[in-house]
Amino acid sequence: MGDYPATAPGQPASPRGGTSAPGQAETAPDDSANVPAIAARGITKRFPGVVANSQVEFEVLPGEIHTLLGENGAGKTTLCNVLTGLYRPDEGYVEVGGEPFRFHSPRDAHQAGIFMVHQHFRLVQPLTVAENVILGWSQQRGMWFSPRRVEREVAEVAEKFQMPIDPGAKIWQLSVGEQQRVEILKALYRGARILILDEPTTVLTSQEVRQLFTTLRGMAAAGTSVVFISHKLPEVLAVSDRVTVLRAGRSVGTRQTADTDARSLAHMMVGRDIVLTRRPSAARNQLGETVLALQDVSATGDLGTPALSGVSLQVRAGEIVGVAGVAGNGQRELAEVIAGERPATSGTVTIAGMPQRGTPWEAIDAGLGYVPEERLGVGVAPGMTIADNLVLKSYREGGPILRAKQGLQTAAELIERFSIVARGPKTIARELSGGNIQRLLLARELSGHPKVLIAASPTRGLDVAATDTVRRLLAQSAGESVGVLLISEDLDEILDLSDRIAVMYRGRVVGVVDRDDADIDRIGLMMAGVGS
Amino acid sequence: MIRFVARENVPRWLNFVVPLASVVLAMIVAGIMLAATGHNPLTTYQHIVQASLTQPGAFSQTLVSMTPLMFTGLAAAIAFRMRLWNIGGEGQLYWGAIGASGAGLYFHGLPGWLLIPVMMAAGLLAGMLWASIPGFLRAYFNTNEILTTLMLNYVAANVMYYLIFDSTSYWRDLVSPSARVFPQGKNLPANASWPALQIGSLTIPFGLIFAVVLAVLLWGMIRGTRYGFEMRVLADSPAAGKYAGIRTRRKVLSLMAISGGIAGLGGASQVGDFSHVLDPRGLEQAGFGYTGIVVAALARYNPVAVVVTSFFIGMLVNAGFALQGPGFPIGLTGTMEGILLFCVLGAEIFTRHRLEIRLPHARPKTQVPAPPAPVRPVAHGGGMS
Repeated sequence: MGDYPATAPGQPASPRGGTSAPGQAETAPDDSANVPAIAARGITKRFPGVVANSQVEFEVLPGEIHTLLGENGAGKTTLCNVLTGLYRPDEGYVEVGGEPFRFHSPRDAHQAGIFMVHQHFRLVQPLTVAENVILGWSQQRGMWFSPRRVEREVAEVAEKFQMPIDPGAKIWQLSVGEQQRVEILKALYRGARILILDEPTTVLTSQEVRQLFTTLRGMAAAGTSVVFISHKLPEVLAVSDRVTVLRAGRSVGTRQTADTDARSLAHMMVGRDIVLTRRPSAARNQLGETVLALQDVSATGDLGTPALSGVSLQVRAGEIVGVAGVAGNGQRELAEVIAGERPATSGTVTIAGMPQRGTPWEAIDAGLGYVPEERLGVGVAPGMTIADNLVLKSYREGGPILRAKQGLQTAAELIERFSIVARGPKTIARELSGGNIQRLLLARELSGHPKVLIAASPTRGLDVAATDTVRRLLAQSAGESVGVLLISEDLDEILDLSDRIAVMYRGRVVGVVDRDDADIDRIGLMMAGVGS
Repeated sequence: MIRFVARENVPRWLNFVVPLASVVLAMIVAGIMLAATGHNPLTTYQHIVQASLTQPGAFSQTLVSMTPLMFTGLAAAIAFRMRLWNIGGEGQLYWGAIGASGAGLYFHGLPGWLLIPVMMAAGLLAGMLWASIPGFLRAYFNTNEILTTLMLNYVAANVMYYLIFDSTSYWRDLVSPSARVFPQGKNLPANASWPALQIGSLTIPFGLIFAVVLAVLLWGMIRGTRYGFEMRVLADSPAAGKYAGIRTRRKVLSLMAISGGIAGLGGASQVGDFSHVLDPRGLEQAGFGYTGIVVAALARYNPVAVVVTSFFIGMLVNAGFALQGPGFPIGLTGTMEGILLFCVLGAEIFTRHRLEIRLPHARPKTQVPAPPAPVRPVAHGGGMS
């Protein structure tokens, strides 16, 4: 994949792209605009069972906004973790300012001016904005520091990049969008020359997105290189100078934003025209009775803010209902409320005719199977064996003494039947690859013969083979009269599998449509909160 | 550059070799300390072995020293195993002693075969109830059990002192002549003395035999029962436990009670096997509850291993009494215990991790021919803007 052969410093590997960055600072002669601020050269990174990055070539020029585009699991985050020194590449190297750069720790990256804003913020809640900004980075000597001076300095940086924020406010008082600004401020205050933002817009309102883009353009104009990670094409086209597309861990090409459009980028990203491998819809009259019913269910999120408001939803035996929506619109809370892990503040949940009082054991006893979004650590106990994990719900049956031999035997059968790749039933779950962890989880949930199955982002981060297995198993369960609730951000997946599609926006079900007369554009608008 | 890298697989032999090597290391470090304070390490170690094993009666005495440590060690191990940091073994043991001595005094008319189980039950129950207070607070209000159990140790100690020193309670001896000079507890009747197994010159306390059986039962419970399975799930991942429908609160409360009950049995054994009286000063000075935490930690919370580690610490305690004198302050044995704990726990990192040593400024492994420029770990400073 040698799009860019290794070049000596000073010789541009590709023409300078983009037209932004007018006021670019050029102090040293070898820092000319043609030398990439940061570049990945032939990066390969393997994890047990997966090649997350394979011979990836990627470079960002000074003062450029460069998007890294790719589907979930294409290797974007891995690449960024390599660029910031969090991961060590198995092959290839990172270049900073035209020279190979060796990281010993993320601290080296910070000293070189490379910063990343993660999807999950790393802020200390009880401290103020200014305190978070200087945490671990104070230039002031001695024991004392002057909060007022720091606040003034932080305010200056914020002003310069048009980021409205109160430096004296405590983090917990801030909205998610404001917290993100603090993360960006942290980087700018510390002299960021390269800023990497991992899917920054997923948590923002559209107004906050516009605000963010203004800030990013200002930063680029001041000479900072911005790496913008996304899989939302309109945003990508709106903000970036160039786009590099990753697909299945490989870099498939780089385009000037001006010379391309959404369709061709989508094609590069997916690598195929969308293939329809739809599950045939279940015939209406073949559906069984309602096995899952939610009536006016409301619940609060982790921060105490309303996460679900008045959700009503029915799933009948033998049908797959897809829940579509942008992440963070209440899907996770929906799954947790049904599974009894999160209390509903009002409304009722009924599983297979059994009204729920909101405890996990009641839901399990009523016949709920649940594939949680977080597989390792919630759905699977990481430090326990495959055999133990397979009986995680069924160990209660029988007396107070466990039947270890029988457990091992059943485990061996399930490993075989669900083609889990492992040394044996006594393998520790943590040692399995993502796909096999998901197979293990499904093996347990489906072998328990559930009446209702909730699958939350069941294929996220999985490779093609595992994704295919999971989808096949979901379709098969519906064929065996299980009522399936499929929660996914992958709209294609929902369209391929579901009979009906419920769209969530801001904790509400804004519409339920039959798959056969679903209109993608309309669903997209509903997901964005427009029309319904 | 030196750093620890997590092992993907932990070979089985490491689980034995690393603790053994760390004990050897501890002996070397302690030897240096002994030499520095003017003691010959080799003769000191020889003394320890003599005083705790080979001298006449020494082995039996070590068994006496290890008995309460095994109870408190098991109590700590079973709770810590599930990440419940019950450091209240001390107070729970006091309550066990209060309960067992009270039962022994009150039911003095019963025959021994009945009175002894009654005393054990009373000790168990008292310890369970006392531990249920922090257990309940932790389960339902998420109160930090480290603080509550620790604080309740002091409360329990005060209660115990109150019963003997500051009140005319049922436990206090108000008639015998010596009790008029100095407050003391009532002596238990002879039929409340627990029997000991005599093999030749060796005396094995009843409590010790009971504790060994208990250790095996607890080990079996963790490995082979539903209850133990739930414990292991919650220890590994509380979120997975909740997801699997385990009633977490009940589990926390019941496990705290079990842990406290075991420590309470230790208190009962102390009364029934050895002191035959409620002796606040003796119990407090011994500090069985705190030493039990060391015992559990050395055993890596494995109940069967507690049998071995409590013997080991029992040896040290016993040797400490023998070595103690003008030339050998008691603090030295405490220091040796500390060094042992430090080495064994510190070495644990080597079972889960391996040491990686790399030379600084090594060239990056590259597939592409390396460019001519020299490798610089830190790029140019703040020359921009």
